[in-house]
Formats: sequence, structure tokens, C-alpha cells
Amino acid sequence: MNDFFRLESLVMQFGGLTAVNDFSISIEPGELVGLIGPNGAGKTTVFNMITGFLTPTSGRVLWQGEDITGLPVHQITARGIARTFQNIRLFTDMTVLENVMVSFHHKIRSRFWKAMLGMPSHGREEQRIREEAYGFLQELNLAHLADEKAGSLAYGQQRRLEIARALATYPKLLLLDEPAAGMNPQETMELAGLVREIRKRHGLTIFLIEHDMKFVMGLCERIKVLDYGISIAEGTPEEIQTNPDVIKAYLGEPKHA
Amino acid sequence: MTTTIFFQQLTNGISLGSLYALVAIGYTMVYGILRLINFAHGDLLMVAAYTAIYAVTMFTLPWYLSFPLAIALTGCIGILLDRVAYKPLRDAPRISLLISAIGASFLLENLALVIIGGVPKGFPRPDIFAKVIEILGVRIQVLTIYIPLMTLVFLMALLYIVYRTKVGKAMRAASKDIETTRLMGINVDRIIALTFLMGSSLAAAGGIMWAMKYPQVNPFMGVIPGLKAFIAAVLGGIGNIIGAVVGGFALGLGEILLVAFFPQLAQYRDAFAFVILILVLLFRPTGIMGEPITDKT
Amino acid sequence: MTWKGKDMDTSKRNLYCNLAALCLLALVLYLFDRHGTEYQIRILNNMAVFITLAVSYNLVNGMCGLLHLGPNAFITIGAYTSALLTMSPMEKQMSFIIEPLIWPFSVLQAPFFVSLIAGGVMATIFAFLISFPVFRVRGDYLAIVTLGFGEVIRVLCNALQGVTNGPLGLKGLQPYTNLWWSWGVAVFTVLVITKLVNSSFGRAMKAIREDEIAAKAMGVDPFRHLLLAFLVSAFFSGVAGGLMAHLITTISPTLFTFFLTFNLLIIIVVGGLGSTTGAVIGAALFAWGGEALRVVESPMDLGVFTIPGIPGMRMVLFSVILMVVILFARRGIMGRNEFSWDWLFSKLGLNAK
Ligand SMILES: Nc1ncnc2c1ncn2[C@@H]1O[C@H](COP(=O)(O)OP(=O)(O)O)[C@@H](O)[C@H]1O
Ligand SMILES: [Mg+2]
Repeated sequence: MNDFFRLESLVMQFGGLTAVNDFSISIEPGELVGLIGPNGAGKTTVFNMITGFLTPTSGRVLWQGEDITGLPVHQITARGIARTFQNIRLFTDMTVLENVMVSFHHKIRSRFWKAMLGMPSHGREEQRIREEAYGFLQELNLAHLADEKAGSLAYGQQRRLEIARALATYPKLLLLDEPAAGMNPQETMELAGLVREIRKRHGLTIFLIEHDMKFVMGLCERIKVLDYGISIAEGTPEEIQTNPDVIKAYLGEPKHA
Repeated sequence: MTTTIFFQQLTNGISLGSLYALVAIGYTMVYGILRLINFAHGDLLMVAAYTAIYAVTMFTLPWYLSFPLAIALTGCIGILLDRVAYKPLRDAPRISLLISAIGASFLLENLALVIIGGVPKGFPRPDIFAKVIEILGVRIQVLTIYIPLMTLVFLMALLYIVYRTKVGKAMRAASKDIETTRLMGINVDRIIALTFLMGSSLAAAGGIMWAMKYPQVNPFMGVIPGLKAFIAAVLGGIGNIIGAVVGGFALGLGEILLVAFFPQLAQYRDAFAFVILILVLLFRPTGIMGEPITDKT
Repeated sequence: MTWKGKDMDTSKRNLYCNLAALCLLALVLYLFDRHGTEYQIRILNNMAVFITLAVSYNLVNGMCGLLHLGPNAFITIGAYTSALLTMSPMEKQMSFIIEPLIWPFSVLQAPFFVSLIAGGVMATIFAFLISFPVFRVRGDYLAIVTLGFGEVIRVLCNALQGVTNGPLGLKGLQPYTNLWWSWGVAVFTVLVITKLVNSSFGRAMKAIREDEIAAKAMGVDPFRHLLLAFLVSAFFSGVAGGLMAHLITTISPTLFTFFLTFNLLIIIVVGGLGSTTGAVIGAALFAWGGEALRVVESPMDLGVFTIPGIPGMRMVLFSVILMVVILFARRGIMGRNEFSWDWLFSKLGLNAK
């Protein structure tokens, strides 16, 4: 058991439906862990509980020795956990650069009245934010689109912008919810390289949900499998690939075993 | 306060509550399907009252023809309202839809002002509603009794349609999830039109009874009852028909009894509903009978 | 390579252009102040007050994407506070015939400038108090709570005779509001709100408008930022209320009904929700057009016979304009675009480099 990041027996019920039941995991600093499972298994719900969008019915989210269960979303982000969304949620009518700049706001030092009166100190801070945000765009090959509206980007670019925006909050733990969804094989391969790169460069710990098995198996060091809200397996990619319960969950009950 | 006066106030509260309930149903039904506060809904009270006046005075129809005619006509105006002001904005941002609703409300009010003028008109209340009877020593205008009874009749008819017919089933499905309902091959536009027809007809019935109870008809008469009925709908948990009725009665009774027990607060009466609204939103944003809202991510 | 901000030449040029525009405005105001007719001066004053109101209203509705329907409440609060402070204790004693004015308003008197600030501050305090129920909800609910707050304030204005003098209102205020005051406040409001909108705080507000869930996930606290917009907006609405009071010189509860909010809504929708430039243009059009349209409500003398005035006709026109814009040209005049010197110069083909 470590003190870095731990989920303890998370349960999430929606009315009569138990979307997640008794989910526990412990992640070490620097690990890259995958969460897989059929549609509706409860994977996104786990992310929503970690990031404060949902308050678990029971269970705890422990982060760097602190119980952060049920904290407001923005406070959890400020503590160093960032996420992307399965169905892309960009600020579509703002520019690509502005999208990334938003992520810097929670660390801003200027007070609002300094901004309103156009004090030079706020101007300098803005300029610094602008430059750093641009750096993240370069890292994700989006720099040439800095002044475009986010809504006008191609699908793969939007996915990358989601990652750039999450990175710009300077997280220690990054949660990626189906980052390769809707990408072609070429883009998916590039994305895998990108994820490795950002992990190394920023010293990140990554927890990701993905359906593309090649992507997950090639990238993750450890994988957790969810089915109907229940964790049915955990292990290295090799172990998971040969686990009979996992095969059953994905292929359905064999007819005449 | 004597018991006589108390009972008089109680019946008053019940009949005011029934009027709020009738109007609140329309808000709640439209909100259930379109997630829109139909700001112009209250103005349909005014439309119905004027239509009834003109049917009686200009076309000299008897009241038992004029009133249903006014109700039917107002129902059609409700459909028209949807077609003109809301339907083109189905895919637009919510704020546009609301602004259109506010615009439609002002348009109706000021058109009435331009066409008819701002001088309040008396309402030709049929004599049979003006009679005063005595029950157990309490003198009550028969209208005060007819109003809740009529409300009950309308409510029963509505509940029958919503819960016992195929159309009603489609309406309920549409208010749960309009997209899925559309995918199931149901003509959602027809369902929406029907919702407006029913909601507006109920508002019209409310408007005519309102005009009989407070026989001063002017272009802005629907504004305050409309707002309060909306609050009644929120109080009951918006989207919930029974909730709207409960909310309507609670608000009507609350208002009348507040003034009855604390006459010195009479001048604050119009603020009462909003204070209740603010309290409800602070402590139970989904109303008394509503289901909790969750963010979908 | 690093991202380059605007180079020095352009930002210097823009500064000079701003100063030149201000000087030009001052010159125009000076000329009208000296030689303008009463009618022209009234329109110019109205224009400035509506610019202040519309730009601050747009901060909440356009930038944050909320439908706030209660600016009339804050204008009322500002107007009454400011008026009660500029009236002398003698005047107040004479006006409050039904119920005497409560202490400390009965003895206080302050210069016009202080009274305007006090009006703004008082409006801000009320905005803060109402903010907790308001920001518990969004969308239609928020609209109805803010509208309800406006109604509550109107009811209070009529009922609390010891503060507001009830339906009689306050009469005989000094006409302190002149072109310098009204335009001074308008220019200050536009500058400050533009700075705010273009800052990191403004970006956070727009992010909430675009997608509140994503904004939260990026560390933005929606309550704090919506509150900031709401309070700043209330402050300037309050100040504008004080200006209005000392422009009309008579205030009563009927002056600040939902009609006022409706007019502001038309202004920002026609100008383009989310554009400060649009709010300014909308306000200017409204102040001028509103006066010009008075003809449709006054009797028209055609020599042979007279067409009687039709009350309500202007509001019919305004409602139709609002609906036509929202149905067929939802982005209004400016969309979400802003005027900038860069834009103007590139239009003129004069771009530096
Ligand atoms: N906010 C919510 N309210 C009600 N039910 C929900 C909510 N979020 C998710 N669910 C339900 O929980 C289950 C798991 O959903 P989700 O976590 O999105 O699955 P996955 O991401 O694994 O595909 C689904 O049945 C879904 O309908
Ligand atoms: Mg999911």
C-alpha cells in the first residue's frame, strides 16, 4: 500500500443501478495503468468519482495521503489530478490557445481588480501564461492552429487538444478517458508514442480507459478489468490477455463449454 | 379571526390554488418535453379572457358556447406560439429559446395593448356563478366552489389522457427522453403540439375562471398569475403533473392564509411566492416531488 | 521559437489610437454641451447610461452565458441609494409625508460622486446576498430567480415607505447628471469590463459559458467567477441607477420594472450576446431609436385628419425586433466579435508591417 493514489472500495449507485461496486486500486508514482471493460461497465463512473463529478455512495479516494472524496471538482484539479473526457468537451468558441490558457487560471496570482485596472503585473503574468500555453501546443503538434477556433479542428486534433489542456493544469496524475476513440490506426499509433513521451517529460502517472486493445496492451504496464461495475481481473497485459474471466466478459458466455 | 372568516378564506385559498394549479400544469408539461419555461404561458390567460369577452359581447354567444370556444382558440394559439417562437430554435442554445419566449410574451401583451387598449374591461360573468349561498352559516360565492370542482374535472381528464391513452404514453416517453422517443418512430412534433394544445387549453380555462373571480381584464393580467403558477410548478418539482397541482394548492392557500393571519403583510403578498421559490431552490432545488438532477459527463 | 505577443509598435499604436478616440469623444461632448439642443443632450445622456447598463449586463449574460433577468433590481437599488444621499435632510423631511425616513438616511448627505459609488456598493451587497440561491441553479431556473428578485425589490419599493417613500417616490432631485458624468462613467465601465473580459478571469468566465463541466475539470471554480461577474455587473448597474435618478430627477417604483430589463435584453441581443462592442452599438441604437420611435405613439397630424397615438406600439416593435433577431440572426450585429484597431487598420490596408 502506498500513499500516492488509492481508491478504497468505491461504490456508486444511481437509483437502483449499481454502476460501480467495491472498486479498489492502488497506483504507484510513475505507473501507466489501463482500465478496460465493455461499454457501460462503469469505467467513466470511476473517473467521475476520482475527479469529484460524482460523490461515491461509499468508499474513499485517497490522494497523497489526503482523503479527497467528495471535494469540489476544481479543488481536486488544483491538487494535481487532471482528466480528459470521453465525449470531447472543448471550449468550442474559444481559440486553441485560449483553451489551454484556461487551465492556468487556477494558479493565477493576480487579483481580479488588478486585471480590471490593467495593472502591469497582471499583464506580465498573462504574457507568461500565453508563452507556456503555447509550449504545450507545440508539444502536441497543435502550435500551427493556435489562433483557430477549437470547434473547427479535426477530430484527432481535438483529442490532442483535450490532452494539452489537461497537461496545462500541471497534474501529477492524468486520467485519459478513451483518448484514441474515433482515431484511425495511424493516429492511434502516434498517440501511443505521444502518451509515452509526455509521461517521461512531465514525470506523470497515467490512468487510462481505452477500448483499442492493441493500444492498451502495448502501452500499459498494468491493467484492470471492469464488468458490470465489478473488477474481474488485474494484471500485466499478458496475464489479462489469457485470463478466462476476461475472455468471457468480452466474448460472452461460451455456448457449450 | 372567527371560524366563519377562516372558512371563507380557506375556500378562497382553495379556489386560488386551483387556478394556480391549472396554469402550472401547462408550464410543467411544456418544461417536461422541451426543458423550456414558456414565458408566454401566463399571457394565454389574458388571451382566453379577452376571447371570451368578445364572444359574449360582440357575437352575443351564450357563455356555455363562448367559454369552450375561447378555450379551443387559446389552445390553438398555444400551438401557434410553439410553431413560430420555439420550433425554429429546437437546436439553438437554451438562452436563445428563453429569450424568444420572453419576446413572445411581451409581443402578446403589447399587441393586446395596441389592439384593445389598456383600460381594464369588465368580464361578463354569467349570473349563475355570481350567486351567493350559505353553508353552515358561511356565505360563499358559488364560483368559489365551482372553480375547484371544474379544476378537478379538467385534472381527471388530463390524467386520463396522460396515463391511460397511447398518446399519453408517448407524451410521457417524450418527456423522459425526447431523442429516444423520436428514434422509436413516434412523431415527436405532433406530441409537442399536443402538449401545447393541452397546456394552453388548461391555462385558458384558468384564465376564464380567473376573470370571473377578479373581473378586471387587461393586457397584463396574465403576468403575475403566470409567474406564480410557474413557481407552483417548481415547488412541486417541475415536469411532474401531480406536483404542479400540489404546488398550486400550496401556493394559493399559503398566500391567502398569510394575508388572513397577518393582514399587515398584505402589501408583501406578491413577493411571498418568490421568497418561497428562493427558499426551495436553496434547500431543495428539485422541488418537493422532483427527482434529483445529475451532471452527465 | 516562443510565442510573440503583439510587437511594441502595434501596442503603442493602439494606445495612441485609444487616446485619440477619447480626445475626439471629449471634443464632441464639449461641442454638444455648449451648443446642443436639450433633445440632443438628453439622447446623448441616455445613450451613455444605456451603454453602462448594457455593457455590464452583457458581462453576465453574454460572457458567462447566464440568463440573468434582474438588472432592474440593481438599478433600482443604486438609484434610491444615490438619490437618498444627495437629497438634503430638509428635502427628505418634506418629501416623506406618509412615514418619516429612517435613520441614518434621514441625516446623511453626500456629494454626487460619493452617492454614485454608494449606489454601486449597495447594489453589490444585495447581489452578494442573492447570489447563493441564484447560483445554486442554472438556465431557466436562474432566469426565474433573478426575475423574482426584481419583483421582490419592486414590492419592497412600494411597501417600505420609511426608506423609499412608497409609490410616491422621490421627487425634485438635483439634475447632477450631465454629459461629463454620464460619459465618464460609460467610458470607465467599458474600459474596466473590457480589461476584465480579456484577462485570465474573463477567459475563465467564457470557459464556463462554453462548457461548465470542462471548465471545472480545468480547475475553474464556477461559483467564484460567476459571482465575480454578477457583482461587477451589479456595481455598475447601481452606479448607472444613480446617474439615471439624477438625470430624470424623479424616481418611483414604476420606473424600474421588468420593462427596463427587457430593453437591456434587446440591446445586448441585437448587438450580439457576448460582445462588448455589440452592447455599445446596441445601446446607442436603442437610445437614439427609442426616442425616434416615439412618433409612433404620439398623435400624428396629417393636416386633414389626425391619427391618434397608439400606446404600446413601440413595445410591439421592440418585441418583434427581438424575436426576429433571435429567430433569424441569432448572432446579432457583432456576434462575439470585438472592435479592435488591428481589425480597423487591416480593413483599411494600413497594417504596420
Ligand atoms: N449520472 C448518471 N446517472 C445515472 N446513471 C448513470 C450516470 N452515469 C453513468 N450511469 C450509468 O452507469 C453505468 C456505467 O456507465 P459508464 O461509467 O459511463 O460506463 P463506461 O464508461 O464503462 O462505458 C451505465 O449503465 C450508465 O448508464
Ligand atoms: Mg465511458
